[in-house]
Amino acid sequence: MAADPVVSRTGRLSAIDPEPGVRKPDPLLVLDEVTRTFGGLVAVRVEHLEVQRGAITALIGPNGAGKTTLFNVVSGFDRADGGRWSFDGQSLTGAPAHRVARRGMVRTFQLTRTLARLTVLENMLLAAPGQRGERVLPALLRPLWRGQERELERRAGELLDRFRLGPLRDDHAGTLSGGQRKLLELARALMARPVMLLLDEPMAGVNPALTQSLLGHITQLRDEGLTVCFVEHDMDVVMGISDWVAVMADGHLVAEGPPHTIGRNAAVVDAYLGKRHDEPEASEEKGEED
Amino acid sequence: MLVPALALVLLTVPAISARAQGEEVPRGPTFAARALQALIDGIQFGVIIAITSVGLSLIFGTIHLINFAHGEFVTIGATFAFFLNVSAAGPGWHLIPAALAAVVFGALLGGAVDRGIWRPLRARGTGLINMFIVTIGLSLVLRHVVLVLYGTRPASYAQYDIQSTIDLGPAGITPRDLTVTLLAVLVLLGIAALLQKTRIGTAVRAVSANRDLAEASGIDVQRVVLFVWMLGGALAALGGVFFGLVEIVTWDMGFKLLLLMFAGIILGGLGSAYGAMVGSLVIGVVAQMSTLWFPVDLQYAWALLVLIVVLLVRPQGILGRAERVG
Amino acid sequence: MDFSAILSDALRSGIGPIAAVYALAAMGLNLHFGYTGLLNFGQVGFMLVGGYGLAITVSTYDGPMWLGVLGGIACAIVLALLLGLPTLRLRADYLAITTIAAGETLRLFYRSSWAEPVTGGVFGLQRFANDFYELSPIDPGTYGVWLVRFSSRDLWVMIVGWALVLVVGGLMALLIHSPWGRVIRSVREDEVAARSLGKNVYAYKMQSLVLGGVIGAVAGMMQAIQVQSVNPDNYDPGVTFFLYTLLVLGGAGRILGPVVGSILFWFVLSFLDSALRQAIDAEYISPDLISTSEVGAVRFALVGVALILLVAFRPQGILGSRKEMLLSGR
Repeated sequence: MAADPVVSRTGRLSAIDPEPGVRKPDPLLVLDEVTRTFGGLVAVRVEHLEVQRGAITALIGPNGAGKTTLFNVVSGFDRADGGRWSFDGQSLTGAPAHRVARRGMVRTFQLTRTLARLTVLENMLLAAPGQRGERVLPALLRPLWRGQERELERRAGELLDRFRLGPLRDDHAGTLSGGQRKLLELARALMARPVMLLLDEPMAGVNPALTQSLLGHITQLRDEGLTVCFVEHDMDVVMGISDWVAVMADGHLVAEGPPHTIGRNAAVVDAYLGKRHDEPEASEEKGEED
Repeated sequence: MLVPALALVLLTVPAISARAQGEEVPRGPTFAARALQALIDGIQFGVIIAITSVGLSLIFGTIHLINFAHGEFVTIGATFAFFLNVSAAGPGWHLIPAALAAVVFGALLGGAVDRGIWRPLRARGTGLINMFIVTIGLSLVLRHVVLVLYGTRPASYAQYDIQSTIDLGPAGITPRDLTVTLLAVLVLLGIAALLQKTRIGTAVRAVSANRDLAEASGIDVQRVVLFVWMLGGALAALGGVFFGLVEIVTWDMGFKLLLLMFAGIILGGLGSAYGAMVGSLVIGVVAQMSTLWFPVDLQYAWALLVLIVVLLVRPQGILGRAERVG
Repeated sequence: MDFSAILSDALRSGIGPIAAVYALAAMGLNLHFGYTGLLNFGQVGFMLVGGYGLAITVSTYDGPMWLGVLGGIACAIVLALLLGLPTLRLRADYLAITTIAAGETLRLFYRSSWAEPVTGGVFGLQRFANDFYELSPIDPGTYGVWLVRFSSRDLWVMIVGWALVLVVGGLMALLIHSPWGRVIRSVREDEVAARSLGKNVYAYKMQSLVLGGVIGAVAGMMQAIQVQSVNPDNYDPGVTFFLYTLLVLGGAGRILGPVVGSILFWFVLSFLDSALRQAIDAEYISPDLISTSEVGAVRFALVGVALILLVAFRPQGILGSRKEMLLSGR
């Protein structure tokens, strides 16, 4: 209670061993032997991974490492060929995407998926869980859901204002600029009352100014108690805000640890650079022959 | 895997239900003879459907459009040949040159649809769903223009009409039907060779597999698409002449075949030319063999049921890749 | 050329019982295609089971009309479930093919000699609509104003038909402007996004299919009552194509789109029909080119041309918004 939550959380994280698959003090998401193959090719084979509650975890790795595939499997958008995973103590193995979202794990997409012909406000209202009016019979009787709808409009308005999208609330989401769509997708995900956010390359195609703004939002969300896990390529972003980094290569988890240890990790260097750091030796040999 | 299972179901279920109704399950040489005949008829039917449906599958494979007007390409091929061959207003050619001319006309028609409808609408940004509706409009136009020009009376070609059957054991086939079947098989082999050995064929397969990658490696996708439309039109026309030969020429023959074509290409795997061939063959056999137990007027219905079952059990079809279809 | 006769025919078609039937069927299709994005090409199949459900109950089994109505609705629900189970998880184009196939398969089964004891086979069923007409408060005779006159029977069907259109339209408006409608529309826009926000897309698609199918079945019943017969050849895929044409014409995804579309569609179709026949009779058009028996075919061909032009130049239809159509990337 007295301790600063940020310090105690990251303090607890820095106390653990930076090994791939290491246990976390308070894991929210736990994966075991999750496997996904595509016609003989192993896209994902993660033996053990735990995501700490209330922290920002970055999932990095070279192209084709299987990060997005892992996201898709865990969030119910792709089926696993093996393994189990649990969220907040309850199994989520094989759960379809909509059930995963209802349990509190909400994901965004690399290419934003705005519902173009719905207005910004409608996009937000859609995301809210537990709406009485979404069932077909109650929908016919307006008084049954009107009050709830008003309350949701109020909450949506607050979120939109927070992301500076307020003035756009009645515009069709399809008319928004790319950056505005990114913000809308984040705001919309929050409307779904997530316990954990899975962000798939949130900074993809985003200009530097907006990147800073998004980073600020994400950090603030973490401070408010949200768990965030994101896939990202931009190392500055990763180093800047993550509390913990997990590295994948060729479908496997090759390293984990606080951001400052990752850059020096030999396994990580190997993953990104392949065998290139062997080449100088080869050319040295050649030079000697000549 | 799926095919033998289906065959097993088809063979046992009716027998069981017939027995349940208290009828005698047919036994003995008569049944075997009928079964053999139905099988032969089915293969014949199936290869003709295969010729017409390959084009449909290739068009879907390259541009992801289900060409609803494909049935009309078939009818137009058959009726154009009829015009050249039989019609009082026509030149009265022998069926063979008339058929060849119909194939050429079919190719031109396919090319005209590509240039006149598909390409301009895509350039205007018309989405795939709306394009699908356009092909429905096109099928309405073509079918009823044929109706006005050809009329409602079914008729046959001038040559090869009445023939005596050759005996194949207890079953029989006319020389005409046998020739058509063999020619159809040759054409199918020719298509396979085209796709595997020629440059344009390889380009077609490349565009079907991954359009962007094909374009990036220098393939002129627009040219490939034009080729596919023309090939589809030509094959459909040929199939129409064949079908008119072994059955009869009517104004809606292609439309009736369209659903069987769909069944065939989905069974075989949407987008795969070889799938279209295999699937169509199975559909033809199923349709004909169903007459062993069920009334003739239901045979198309059985083929369509196969389609629905396939979509339930294995939507990517026999030869399709297990990629997402949903 | 007798323009008053042509106009009279056109007006009578535009507001007559058939226009009401098609408006109703198109409203069901609008829920499927316009609002949920389901490419249901088997709407005629729902009309078939509805019409036959009523006819079989009354004609084959001597049941009362209200039971027939319930029977038709029950058949529609079963059909929707059977259709939806395998197909709603598939892509749009697969759904299109399967629903056409299903509609045709149904028609062939109802038409077959196998089913004849129940469905009347090729001949269909008659004499099941008497209860309906006995309910009519309108005295026998013709009624109308100016060029537009209807028999008392047709008038009764029209009144009930358009009343149903009104009721269904009202229900649709309530549903579409509710949170349920919002989820339905999100399924149309991007079902992956909808799932990522916790919506069970499959269940919503199924609900849409059932509701729209029941509406189609009711339309089929009205049509059967109007013609006082059910015949399998009245339920071919051409009907679905007409429905799509008039839906796109009026504006898919608008509550009144099917209504506007149906009225205009039948008005124009009838206008052309009468005008063509008269032109041929008066020899403005040579009978060698088109004979009067071919006018029907010419009509269909013109419908096809209209559909192509509509989709090419005004895909949003009369009531739709071009801006929204551009946003949809259809």
